Amino acid sequence: MHNEWLYIGLFLIIGIIVPIVPLLLARFISPHKPNQIKQSTYECGIETVGESWVQFKAQYYIFALVFLVFDVETVFLFPWALSLNQLPLFVVLEGILFIGILVAGLVYVWRKGMLEWV
Amino acid sequence: MTAEQIIFLLTGALILVSALLVVTVRNLLHAALWLVVALFGVAVLYAILQASFLAVVQVVVYIGAIAILFIFAVMLTRREMRDTGPQTRPNWWIAALLGALVLTGLIVIMLAVPGADRTPAALPEGLDTVWALGNALVSPEAYVLPFEVASVLLLAALVGAVYVAGVGKKS
Amino acid sequence: MNFWNDPINFIANWLTGLLTGWGLAAGLATVLVYLVGITVLIVFAMLLDIGLVWVERKVVARFQDRLGPNRVGPFGLIQPFADIIKLVIKEDITPANADKVIYNIAPVLAATSVIALWAILPLSSRIFGVDLNVALLYLVATGALGTLAIIMGGWASNNKYALLGAFRMVANMVSYEIPMVVTLLIPTILADSMSVIGITEAQRGLWFAVLSPLGAVIFLISAIAELGRSPFDLTEAESELTAGFNVEYSGMKFGWFYASELLHAFTFGGFAAVLFFGGYGGFFGLEKALPWLTNPFIEAAVFIAKAMLGYWVIMWLKYSMPRVRIDHMLAFNWKFLVPLSLVLLAVTATLHKILIVLPGWQYALGMFFSNVVIVAATIEVLRDYGRKQRKAAEELAPQAQL
Repeated sequence: MHNEWLYIGLFLIIGIIVPIVPLLLARFISPHKPNQIKQSTYECGIETVGESWVQFKAQYYIFALVFLVFDVETVFLFPWALSLNQLPLFVVLEGILFIGILVAGLVYVWRKGMLEWV
Repeated sequence: MTAEQIIFLLTGALILVSALLVVTVRNLLHAALWLVVALFGVAVLYAILQASFLAVVQVVVYIGAIAILFIFAVMLTRREMRDTGPQTRPNWWIAALLGALVLTGLIVIMLAVPGADRTPAALPEGLDTVWALGNALVSPEAYVLPFEVASVLLLAALVGAVYVAGVGKKS
Repeated sequence: MNFWNDPINFIANWLTGLLTGWGLAAGLATVLVYLVGITVLIVFAMLLDIGLVWVERKVVARFQDRLGPNRVGPFGLIQPFADIIKLVIKEDITPANADKVIYNIAPVLAATSVIALWAILPLSSRIFGVDLNVALLYLVATGALGTLAIIMGGWASNNKYALLGAFRMVANMVSYEIPMVVTLLIPTILADSMSVIGITEAQRGLWFAVLSPLGAVIFLISAIAELGRSPFDLTEAESELTAGFNVEYSGMKFGWFYASELLHAFTFGGFAAVLFFGGYGGFFGLEKALPWLTNPFIEAAVFIAKAMLGYWVIMWLKYSMPRVRIDHMLAFNWKFLVPLSLVLLAVTATLHKILIVLPGWQYALGMFFSNVVIVAATIEVLRDYGRKQRKAAEELAPQAQL
């Protein structure tokens, strides 16, 4: 158990080093002649108009909130799914009740028209 | 000092530094990304404690959902993603005092817990912590009621989110 | 234990013995052996990735009735190496307005998030990085890091197209992740395990794709969405956003986004094989008659073949389907996939618990037919919905026709 996470940690460290190596190599052997035109922001041939960091569409946020709730829910379901086989049948009912309450939430959001893209 | 302790101290330092940067960095998106680093550090702490399930859930929920929600919020609320106001309020020293008091209190309470200074025994060989957690969550002798209440809480959160979004829509 | 039936442990033991023989502490020797093993595994993944560039280009060419690379080397096999040399020696342009640090971290994080998946990918019952007991959640966690990389890259480029790509990544992620996690729960219930080895071993007799074909289909759809491949390639959408989040990247930094996308697709082909198609094993009990099938090298070959097949299906869909519009994608997810996958999960859990006492073939038939019933009911609901939509359209239509 302990060594598993040591392994994952080392894996992540090497997994970071491996992509960096070609980037460093490219830095040394590729040409580097920047100029203002080359470094300008690409848009469609003409100069960029206005701020590039445009505002986020608000509609995404509602989906993200709904997503967050369901994400937490599914995480709760993993321990439930694992203990399903060892415990009596009513454990399934507990899980279904848990899912059912969340489905009720989904239906509520749906009926409120929050899942429409406007 | 064992290797484990060195890793723990390094991770702790990383969490503290990145948490400090979250509140001091001017660029809001950078603050959100430093928050990701701090949350990842907490996941590493869970991994050191052999709490595999919590470690991955920390990444899935906190980085995969909550930090990304923060990034949305930053992109949603500010056209200028740069905070220009003063970074402290005149009464910052009250907050600092309260923070120091709470920290002292926590340390005193922790030291009062019997066995807090002892190294915990290693987990028994072959124990599946996720299975134990699931068992505790759903068996009626343990935490089945909080488990179901959690889904009601999530439902309430969903209703709240819809309400807040609906208010925003009308205005 | 010899090299042919347990290569990794054989080499690891030999190397540990050698290192401790030199007077190294046991802990340090373990770390060094891990490092060697990890480096070999990652280099293997990278070499495979180079091969995938050739495979992808050749396959897309065939789908589009072309020949694909065929000049450099036999069948154009040297082409990807030429590509890499080109990418490395190409000038790396960083836009002046970019957020430089984040801009440079993003491609590395994108590659790392995919490479990290190889830590848990079971190439064979005895060739794998680590058998994590929370492997499936680890899979989701690395996906979160990949999402973050794309958001970082799109935002730091300070380009409108790139930022729109990053926004869409967010929409993409909030659409695929719930059905994907729910379908990950189905093999967890069927195998009673969250470790990839446990799930594969549970499919020795019968693939989970037979017990839960609908789960396999939903997993495939959400996996394609996670990969950001067509029909869900809204983050790139070359006809609207030029190249989406990676539009300002050039040289090897672009190369890493490209390489990690290909490796990601292959790795997900592998995970589809692990979760629903028996992984390295799943010979339907044939290995009892033919024991050589359990040789780790044979198993690894079988696994790579299955992963390639999954990758091929992903490519097939990519090059045959038009792009989904963003509101359609969100509606498809929240109004169709999420309810369907939750119903499937509830039915699978209940039936699994009830039918597990029956003999194997009755259990399998029951599970399979429950899926058939769910699919039939879904089609009926959709048909009813379509009928209502058409009726509503017809009521509006007469005036329009006059």
